[in-house]
Amino acid sequence: MSDGDVAAAEPESAYGVPISWSRDQQILHPSREQYLDLVAALKDDGFVMCVDVTAVDYLAAPERSLPNGVVAERFEVVANLISHRDRRRVRVRVQVPADDPTCSSLWPLHAGVEALEREVFDLFGITFDGHPDMTRILLPEDWEGHPLRKDYAIGRIPVQFKGAEGRATSMGQMGSSPSAR
Amino acid sequence: MTVIEEPEVDHVARLRSGRGVLRMSEVVAAEHGERLADEDDETMLVNMGPQHPSTHGVLRLMLEMRGEQVVRSKPIVGYLHTGMEKTAEDLTYLQGPTNVTRMDYASPFFTELAFSLATEKLLGIEVPERAVWIRMLMSELNRISSHLLFQATNGMDIGAVSVMIYGWRDREDVLRFFEKVTGLRMNHNYIRPGGVAADLPDGWRDDVLHLLDQIPPHLEDLDVLLSGQPIWRNRLQGVGVISTAEALDLGATGPILRSTGYDWDLRRDMPYLAYDQVDFDVVVGTFGDCYDRYAIRLNEIRESIRIVRQILDRMPAGDYKIQDKKVTPPPRARIDESMEALIHHFKIFTEGYKVPEGEVYVAVESPRGELGCYIVSDGSSKPYRMHVRGPSFVNLQCLPHMMVDGLIADTVAVISSVDPIMGEVDR
Repeated sequence: MSDGDVAAAEPESAYGVPISWSRDQQILHPSREQYLDLVAALKDDGFVMCVDVTAVDYLAAPERSLPNGVVAERFEVVANLISHRDRRRVRVRVQVPADDPTCSSLWPLHAGVEALEREVFDLFGITFDGHPDMTRILLPEDWEGHPLRKDYAIGRIPVQFKGAEGRATSMGQMGSSPSAR
Repeated sequence: MTVIEEPEVDHVARLRSGRGVLRMSEVVAAEHGERLADEDDETMLVNMGPQHPSTHGVLRLMLEMRGEQVVRSKPIVGYLHTGMEKTAEDLTYLQGPTNVTRMDYASPFFTELAFSLATEKLLGIEVPERAVWIRMLMSELNRISSHLLFQATNGMDIGAVSVMIYGWRDREDVLRFFEKVTGLRMNHNYIRPGGVAADLPDGWRDDVLHLLDQIPPHLEDLDVLLSGQPIWRNRLQGVGVISTAEALDLGATGPILRSTGYDWDLRRDMPYLAYDQVDFDVVVGTFGDCYDRYAIRLNEIRESIRIVRQILDRMPAGDYKIQDKKVTPPPRARIDESMEALIHHFKIFTEGYKVPEGEVYVAVESPRGELGCYIVSDGSSKPYRMHVRGPSFVNLQCLPHMMVDGLIADTVAVISSVDPIMGEVDR
């Protein structure tokens, strides 16, 4: 069964939000306002576990296929839900703009997203409203910047030591090569 | 049969109340320590790790204690964070498994497998039958070695030090087979998009049969040494209890979820590879305590041995990697005689192959639970974004809920029963 057949057989929307298919996997595209209500409705429908929350920074590849009515933004928060009863997964992708990187937290529904959302905050700088402890998890508390953003260069910053002189303090410095300093 | 009356506990409400969970930054914790003397505060903060020998690598726990009792706790992770997801964006799909295999170093085949399955789904290719069964063989042997490692470290943590030697001994034998097949004891880079790196070596069947004959009697030894022993049972039974509702809410998977009596295993319920063609049982517990988690892992070794025996009977002949020139480099012999093959080889290893645009999430059942891989491709030869859902990372959140109101001596047993691998937690 090709992707096209599935899309043709299914309605264009589910739970009042646009849907799309990627390699036979169903994706729901709520707005930020619909996100929490959608996941609550899904939970009532048997999607009892939120297995994963992550994010993607589309800064370097803004072109991507989205269903009609969904406006592409820089960030996307991706949540993976599973229904053990129906043996089915759905993916929820929420567009999050760069100038206001916030999104509602799923914590009131799935306590297990606490660490996952902290990781997204840590590495992408997206904050989650309603999260009980929005702090860094993998990086030190005083780390600057969010490494998984596409404008955060790799391998070009000196290791940050607490209290050491002359450590990188801004994104601009992080992007430059060590030899330039 | 008498029904034991259990008090009605709303487990999920308990989770939301944050009871047992310490949410405190290190700065505040330091101040808290100084304040203690002059306040009417009866609790005290204790740091455990990251170099404590029982914390399985570099896990650090901040414990708020009242006497010997744990009031609240916070697992602090990140000491092994090396930005592997960022690194993955700079590696081709061919190089990808080299990177992800270093995440869960106790069961490296599973991360390679999840990455390869996700890439293959994006490419829209099917690997040959033999590759599928070789992948299953290696996965199940890896599950055995990983659970043997758990038995070793769990025994050591509880104080049954001789079990450590037994567990490591058998694990080492399995790793010796891995070395023969892949060239490395760990971090194999063996399962790759398109199949596996090499065919099984001559005599592999005898080696596996030898393992299958050797391990079960040693599991019986463990039963004698541990399962029935009153000291062992007292140390684990009723310790670190978690309910099904809590486990589901916390996203716990694998032996932790199954220990609560919840019957869920991706191999059986959402089969990948050829797990729908082999016969095995999913081991579940009843009480959700440390003992159930120990017993589940012990018996999962036996189930894996059952699966491996079936794989031995049914291993098909044929190619071990897909004969698709886009993905598979030409055989070594062809390179010597054909200029085109040399160019082809060079192109695949320098530029890599392009993967069509799209995004997928693929999950496999690792020894620790659901191991997922989310890949976004922008049509180039490197993943635009690669994320691994590490089961240990999510499972660690159970710790505060398992340890609340317990004794400090039991924290070691609880950490051990969660079986976290910090390489995968921190990535």
